Amino acid sequence: MSLIRLENITRCYQMGEETIHALRGVSLEIERGEYVAIMGPSGSGKSTLMNLIGCLDTPSSGGYELNGARVSEMDDNELAAIRNREIGFVFQTFNLLARLNALRNVELPLVYAGVPSGERRRLAREALAQVGLADRLRHRPNQLSGGQRQRVAIARALVNRPAILLADEPTGNLDSKTGEEIMALFVELWRNGNTIIIVTHEEDVARRARRVIRLRDGGIAGDDRHKPASGERAVITPVAQT
Amino acid sequence: MTMRARHVRLWLGELRESVFMSLHAIAVHKLRSTLTLLGVLIGVFSIIVVSTAMRVLEQNVERNLSQLGGSTFAVQKFPPVQFGNRRDWEKYWRRKDITLEQGKVVEEKATLAGAVGVEGRFWSGRVRTIYAKTGPAVALFGETPGSFAAHGWEIADGRILTTPDLDERAAVCVLGAALAKTIFPFGSAVGQPVKLNGIPYNVVGVLAPQGKSLGGLGDNFALIPLTTGLGRYGLRWSGLSILVEARSAIGYADCMEQVRDVLRGVRHVLPGQADDFEIFSNDTLIGQFKSFTLAVRIGVAVVSSLALLAAGVGIMNIMLVSVTERTREIGVRRAIGARKRNIAVQFIIEAIVLCEIGGAFGTLLGVAGGNILAWRMKLPPALPLGGIVLAVILCSVVGTIFGTYPALKAANLDPIESLRYE
Repeated sequence: MSLIRLENITRCYQMGEETIHALRGVSLEIERGEYVAIMGPSGSGKSTLMNLIGCLDTPSSGGYELNGARVSEMDDNELAAIRNREIGFVFQTFNLLARLNALRNVELPLVYAGVPSGERRRLAREALAQVGLADRLRHRPNQLSGGQRQRVAIARALVNRPAILLADEPTGNLDSKTGEEIMALFVELWRNGNTIIIVTHEEDVARRARRVIRLRDGGIAGDDRHKPASGERAVITPVAQT
Repeated sequence: MTMRARHVRLWLGELRESVFMSLHAIAVHKLRSTLTLLGVLIGVFSIIVVSTAMRVLEQNVERNLSQLGGSTFAVQKFPPVQFGNRRDWEKYWRRKDITLEQGKVVEEKATLAGAVGVEGRFWSGRVRTIYAKTGPAVALFGETPGSFAAHGWEIADGRILTTPDLDERAAVCVLGAALAKTIFPFGSAVGQPVKLNGIPYNVVGVLAPQGKSLGGLGDNFALIPLTTGLGRYGLRWSGLSILVEARSAIGYADCMEQVRDVLRGVRHVLPGQADDFEIFSNDTLIGQFKSFTLAVRIGVAVVSSLALLAAGVGIMNIMLVSVTERTREIGVRRAIGARKRNIAVQFIIEAIVLCEIGGAFGTLLGVAGGNILAWRMKLPPALPLGGIVLAVILCSVVGTIFGTYPALKAANLDPIESLRYE
């Protein structure tokens, strides 16, 4: 059974008098352990699709199953619970809470999952170690570099062991070298068995993925599986400390 | 793990997290938080300072009055505490004075009474001896022999005033312990001459020290035979008081009834008419004083509640600003799994914490203020527990009421929109 199954999904918004059809019948399956990039120009519906996959939004029509659960019929509380359990978000602007240190930021999803504080601390430490920030636990976001902040955000996304890691332009606010390092981290996480979905409009970023889904005008315009480009190996190997 | 245990743990975790976050938020915006807190602080301060002051006064009154003795009551023309309107006042004025003769009749006929004394207050003045002189506020009372037992006064030196003293209208006096110490610093006062307001008397006795009594005068008073006083100063407007000590605590009520009947007879009160005198005891005095302080406290509580209401509007305003500022944070929290309820609880707790901090400072200042008053009046300090509990509850209520709308607003933000909010 597929991890993600979208069946003929549509999503429309009411903008004043006008109805905007952001998605017009998208059907899609993603298996466990895939590394998928969703591409498309602005207005193609890729943000809408990401919000749907991330359970932040429900479709106007069509069915969505995530890990065997029918998300398209869930209410607000169930959506919150499934986001907490199954989705790890990574945002372009990191979206860390400025007043909390790295450890507390990473702990946050566990707070809402009701994990006791000792266990929470242990899991958060582990996740931060996994992204190479074991020595930055007590730093606040403003004491960290951009790349480090994104690593904290990735640790926060991983800490609940979600079914999918959903990244929205994760390198958009980083310089190209740091961006490379973050992409290498994603590949490593993917190799460790995580399912990764990256929404991007950069070909460079998409090329690292094993499958690229292209959107155009609210529909799927292409779905290619490919081997990684040659020469990528050099980038993948050890995760550099920033 | 049971569902219940899991729920409790979730709640506690959430509570801790929310309190931590709100303390953080308050610390980050110090000036803003302080200004917001000020309203709550003033409201709580006024409640606490008044209830502390009232508590101090109550303790003082209770302590003073309890020295009249548990089985003693008094009869007067005027009630001891008056809140009445003018009509009542005129009614009291028109009453016949209570006289020494009536006191004697009571003494004769009230078989259930252990001791009956008649007392009149004459003057406050200066007392002078060859050794020293006092300030101009020494109270002078006229007494009968029964007054000493009825008051529970004990003699430390010399003797009490006797019936022959009264019959002869003798120029003798008994001094309170503090007064005796002031004007005779070097030895016994008994047998010595003093001048009370310029008139010479001979000291025949000194009372044992007994703390404060007779309206907080301390032991700073002098007693003369009632007849001597009436002859020299005349009857004061308030008339005389008859003090009655019941033979036993059990017979107290019966004794009071008996005295009432005797007085109605001697004052010619017709059956069916109301008494034309007031009977009161320590308990009724304390009760009346308490009803007075309660009225003051209720009044202050109402006014302070209005202040807290105004403060609540300020809290609401600040919370709305805070929600707008933290839209992004709310979006992130929702994305990583916070339910609407979690967000609402967080903001309500923040409002309550804000209120409680204001309340805590208000309480501290209020208790300090009330006790400074106590210290200035040389009274023992007091801690108004009831007022503090009230303050904590009021703060929580204000925080909850005025935090709810902003909290619901925060909870109902669309997560996608809030994640995009700049």
